[in-house]
Amino acid sequence: MIQAFAFYLFAIIVIASAVLTITARNPVHAVLWLILAFFNAAGLMVLVGAEFIAMLLVIVYVGAVAVLFLFVVMMLNIDFAELRAGFVRYALIGLAFAVALAAEIMIAFGAWSAGTIELGRRAAPTPDAVPNIEALGLLLYSRYLFVFEGAGLVLLVAMIGAIVLTHRERSGVRPQNISRQVKRRPQDATRNTRPTVGQGIEL
Amino acid sequence: MTSFFTYRFGWDFGISWFVATLIDILLIALPLMLAVAMIIYVDRKIWASMALRRGPNVVGPFGLLQSFADGLKVFLQETIIPIAANKTLFLLAPIITFTVALIVWAVVPFAKDASVANINVGLLYVLAASSLGVYGIILAGWSSNSKYPFYSAIRAAAQMVSYEVAIGFVLISVVLYSGSFNLGAIVENQKGYYGFLNGHWCNPLLFPMAVVFFISSLAETQRAPFDLTEAESELVAGYQTEYSSMSFALFWLGEYANVILMCALNATLFWGGYLPPLDIGFLYVVPGIVWLLLKMAAFFFLFSWVKATVPRYRYDQLMRLGWKIFLPMSLIFVFLVSGYLMLVRVGVPA
Repeated sequence: MIQAFAFYLFAIIVIASAVLTITARNPVHAVLWLILAFFNAAGLMVLVGAEFIAMLLVIVYVGAVAVLFLFVVMMLNIDFAELRAGFVRYALIGLAFAVALAAEIMIAFGAWSAGTIELGRRAAPTPDAVPNIEALGLLLYSRYLFVFEGAGLVLLVAMIGAIVLTHRERSGVRPQNISRQVKRRPQDATRNTRPTVGQGIEL
Repeated sequence: MTSFFTYRFGWDFGISWFVATLIDILLIALPLMLAVAMIIYVDRKIWASMALRRGPNVVGPFGLLQSFADGLKVFLQETIIPIAANKTLFLLAPIITFTVALIVWAVVPFAKDASVANINVGLLYVLAASSLGVYGIILAGWSSNSKYPFYSAIRAAAQMVSYEVAIGFVLISVVLYSGSFNLGAIVENQKGYYGFLNGHWCNPLLFPMAVVFFISSLAETQRAPFDLTEAESELVAGYQTEYSSMSFALFWLGEYANVILMCALNATLFWGGYLPPLDIGFLYVVPGIVWLLLKMAAFFFLFSWVKATVPRYRYDQLMRLGWKIFLPMSLIFVFLVSGYLMLVRVGVPA
C-alpha cells in the first residue's frame, strides 16, 4: 500500500514540477522546479530498488549540474518575455517531438511486454542477494571494463577540450607567487624601533 | 525497535515500522536541538577563554542558559521580509538549510546497527544531502535581492562545490579501504589496527586523508578560517544580512547542526565512530554512543580552537588550497590506497 502511495506521490510531483519548469515565468523558479523534478525522480528510483542510481542522480544533477544552471540563470539577466515570443513559432516542431517520444515509449513498452528479448524481461535487474552498487561495480569492472574506460577517456578529452577552449593567456598581469608569500616573515617587512620623544624615525 | 512493537503489541509490520521510525527521528532531532543550543554556548566559552575573556556568564549559572535566552529573544522578534525580496524563496531558504542539516543524521550509526536508516549507500546519501546544503545559501542570497547577500551566496556556492570534490575523493579512499558504503560497516572495519587501535586514523595511508577531511569539513561548514561568506568587514553578515527573527534562527541552528554533523562524520569515518579508541575488551563496556559523543566533543573543541586562533583566508588562497592542493593530494591517495589494496588483497573476494 505504502509503495503505491509513494509511487503516485513521486510520479505526480515529477510530472507537475516538470510542467511548472517549462511554464514558470521566472527562470530561477524554473530551475528550482527542475530540481524538485530531479529529486522526485530519485525517489522513484529508490522505489524500484536502484538506490545507487538515485543517489548519483541527486549528487550529480541536483548537487552539481543544477547549481551550475542556477548560477548561470541568476547571473545572466535573461529576458523571458523575449524567449517566450518564439513559443508559437516552435510549437509545431515541439509537438512533433512530443508525439515521436510518446510513440517511442509505447513501442518500447509494447516490445517489452511482447517479450521477444529475454534481457528486458527480468523483473529484478540484479541478483537478490547482491546490493545493486556491488552488482554495478562487478559488471562495470569486468564485463564492460573497456567500454567503461572508453567512456572515462571521452569525458577526460571533453574536460581538457573545455579547458583549452576557455583558457586564455593574459599578458600584463602579475601572478601570485605563493611560495614567496609563504616564505615571507614579519622581520622582512617590519622593523622594531624605539624612537626617543620628538625624534621620529628614518625610513 | 520495529520488532519490539510487532512482538510486544502485536501490531502490523507497517504500523510498527512507522511508529518506530518516528520515535527514532524524534530521538535524534530533539536532543540535537538541545545539543545545538549547548554547543553554541560551548563555542562562545572556548572562544572567549582563548581570547582571555569571560564569555557568556549572565543568564543562568555560568551563563548556561544564554543560548535559550537568545532563542527566546529571536522567537519574540518580528519577522521582517524586505519588499524587494522574493517572498516564497526568502522563507524557503532557511527551512532548506535547517532540513538538510537534519536529514543526514538518519545514516549516522550511534552504536552497532543503531541508525535510523541502515542503508547500503549511506556514504553516498551523506554526499547527496551535503550537496543540497548549497541551495539554502544560494536561495537566501538571491531571494534577498540585495548586494551583499548575493556576493556571499556566490562565494559560498563556489567554496562548497570546490571542497566537495576533495571530500569526495577522501571518502573514496575510505570506501576502498572498508569495501562498503554503509557507515556502520565502515566503523566495524576500523576495528583493531595493529591489534589494539581502533580507527582509520592510525593507518598511515589514511591519516593524511583524515587531516584533509577535517580541513575540508571546516570549509564545508563555513567555519573560520574559511568563513568568507560571513566576512563581517566585507559583507555585513553575508547571506543572512536581510534575515531576522525565526528565519535567522533557522540558519543559525542549521549551521551549528551541520558543524556537529561534521564532527560526527569525522569521528565515524576516521576515528572509529562508536568504537572505543583502543581495541581492549573492558572498554567495550561503555556504550558506543558515549564514545561517539566524546569524539564529537573533541572534534568540536578543535573546530572552536581553529576559529579562535586562525585568521581568515583570502579568497584566492581558499580556492588554491581546495583545487591545487587538496584535490591532487586526495587523488594521489586514492591511487596509493587502491595500489596498496591491490598488493595486499589481490585474489581475496571483498
